Amino acid sequence: MKRFFAFVRKEFHHVFRDPKTMLLLFGVPVAQILLFGFALTNEIKNAHIIITDNAQDIASKQIAAKLAANTNFITHQKQLNPQQIEETFRQGKVKLVVIFPPNFNHDLLHLQKAQVQIIADASDPNTANTLTTYATAIIMDYQKQLWQNTNLPLSIHTDMRMIYNPELKGITNFVPGVMALVLMLICVLMTSVSIVREKELGTMEVLLVSPFNAVLVVISKAVPYFFLSLVNLTVILLLSVLVMGMPVAGSWVLLYAISALFILTALSLGLLISNVTNSQQTAMLISLMGMLLPTLIFTGFMFPIENMPLPLQVMSNIFPSKWYYIIVKNVMIKGLGFTAIWKETLILLTATLLLMTISIAKFKTRLA
Amino acid sequence: MADVILQNIGKTYNKGAVKAVTDASFTVEQGELFGLIGPDGAGKTSIFRILTTLLLPDAGQAWVLGNDVVKNYKAIRQQVGYMPGRFSLYQDLTVEENLRFFATVFNTTIQQNYHLISDIYVQIEPFKHRRAGNLSGGMKQKLALCCALIHKPKVLFLDEPTTGVDTVSRKEFWLMLNNLQQQGITILVSTPYMDEATLCRRIALIQEGKILSVETPQQITAAFPFALYAIKAAQMNLLLSHLRQSPLIHTCHTFGEYHHITFAQNTPHSQSHLLGYLAALSHTQVELKPIVPTIEDCFINLMN
Repeated sequence: MKRFFAFVRKEFHHVFRDPKTMLLLFGVPVAQILLFGFALTNEIKNAHIIITDNAQDIASKQIAAKLAANTNFITHQKQLNPQQIEETFRQGKVKLVVIFPPNFNHDLLHLQKAQVQIIADASDPNTANTLTTYATAIIMDYQKQLWQNTNLPLSIHTDMRMIYNPELKGITNFVPGVMALVLMLICVLMTSVSIVREKELGTMEVLLVSPFNAVLVVISKAVPYFFLSLVNLTVILLLSVLVMGMPVAGSWVLLYAISALFILTALSLGLLISNVTNSQQTAMLISLMGMLLPTLIFTGFMFPIENMPLPLQVMSNIFPSKWYYIIVKNVMIKGLGFTAIWKETLILLTATLLLMTISIAKFKTRLA
Repeated sequence: MADVILQNIGKTYNKGAVKAVTDASFTVEQGELFGLIGPDGAGKTSIFRILTTLLLPDAGQAWVLGNDVVKNYKAIRQQVGYMPGRFSLYQDLTVEENLRFFATVFNTTIQQNYHLISDIYVQIEPFKHRRAGNLSGGMKQKLALCCALIHKPKVLFLDEPTTGVDTVSRKEFWLMLNNLQQQGITILVSTPYMDEATLCRRIALIQEGKILSVETPQQITAAFPFALYAIKAAQMNLLLSHLRQSPLIHTCHTFGEYHHITFAQNTPHSQSHLLGYLAALSHTQVELKPIVPTIEDCFINLMN
């Protein structure tokens, strides 16, 4: 046990005395979460829309004001005829046009039915879809207010409901995805160079000619990164709760426990890479190329796995990050308990034990 | 039984394409300071790695302290100290941290065996809070020696400990080795410097993976089969080419300010014949004297 602590202390020294490691360890997660949270969301902010108000009455003006107040839109008031609308779209800046017909308020009050036309630039269907949904939601909201005030069944009632994500926030998908990606990358990358670095620097040569224990050496390598990754996880969660405004619906304890397990999975994988490679460069290439891209693709947070061809769907199963992503989504967003995620947990546990066993078995007790 | 026994050891790399060691045999007795002398690439490190159980030999057998290097490698690893040719301690740990770490790995403490390293450690103790990577070459070697000694090994393997170290530190290092030997530790040391050979009790000369000779340094120089002379003149380069062209000369090699020569036929008149030959070629300040061969002379002779 004393020897184990000597090894662990040494590993902590290695980590804390290398500024590059520290930067990678803590800089990358923060950068990623901020990047994914703010820059790379599929949420649309500050979209330019034009309001063509042919009615200029109280109802149309109130709706226009509501649209303008929404942070998703930057509204411009302009009287456009159909040709001008097409021309505006061609210029590409304006994504959406909202047109109120003449006598809008009059129709609404007397016919109890009025129409608003929404024209979207559908060259980017996703954006168009999202923006029309936003606009419709705002108009429906106004209509609901009218209802409460007048008690008259004005217009049509549309019930729009988004489960789990009522505000259409893009961040909900990204936080679990980034957690999976960051933990996978950092843990694998860090540990994958740890053993091979000793081979490269020659320290392994001295260490081998000693009564060392392979299990001690391998596991002690993982210990500092395990604790630092938990710190990392906390940073990510704090950022997402405090900066992104994304609450944790389920149990924090469960979330941490599962994350700890996933960190172990990733560390075992890194140790395996480190044990079978002979240079830090190879180890880094394998963990970057072999992990970054597949994790991005097969975790499911960038590209839905259900849309992939069958062989790729099958392939996605071997990436631990996929299972972790499912678990985090369930716990963090849907607020589900352990009963909902025991299968995925079991998969991660099996993978960890398997990887750890292989990497200890693969530890070379000689130089070649 | 001898502490280290090599029997017909062979080692190849790249599936036999590179022959590092061929049929090497020698023994190192208990308490002996044994030198493995040879140029770079002669196979010294391969032999060290086989003996320290880091590499498996392709042929032959070897024992360290009675343990087979292949079968009982774990027993060997507990009882030997090893200092590789390249500085192999943790550069980001301090002097003291390195020493303490290796002491703990070997289940001991610095205090327990401090008497073994005290002579050496006092020299680097002023820098004990400095990171090992920032030490000078000589101090790095001293620290490495301390770390290799801290568990009181019975056999010490030192692979080129003085390579890249200045002359003063080299001398100091050999004094330390002599002290250790007097404490009863068997030491196997390798070096490419022929002048260090005389500091060992026995040496093995190695070239291209083959052991040329295993003797005491005195026996090796005594076994030199020719009369050896040193010669110098005003124009040394010209002298060298003239000597090599001359039918009187058997061998001629440059050693510092002299050329070492042997005659094709050593007769009482050889010296005067040569001086006459050189005078005819208008060499001036010619000095010719018989000398005792050095290890390097013997090595070059054995190589041919």
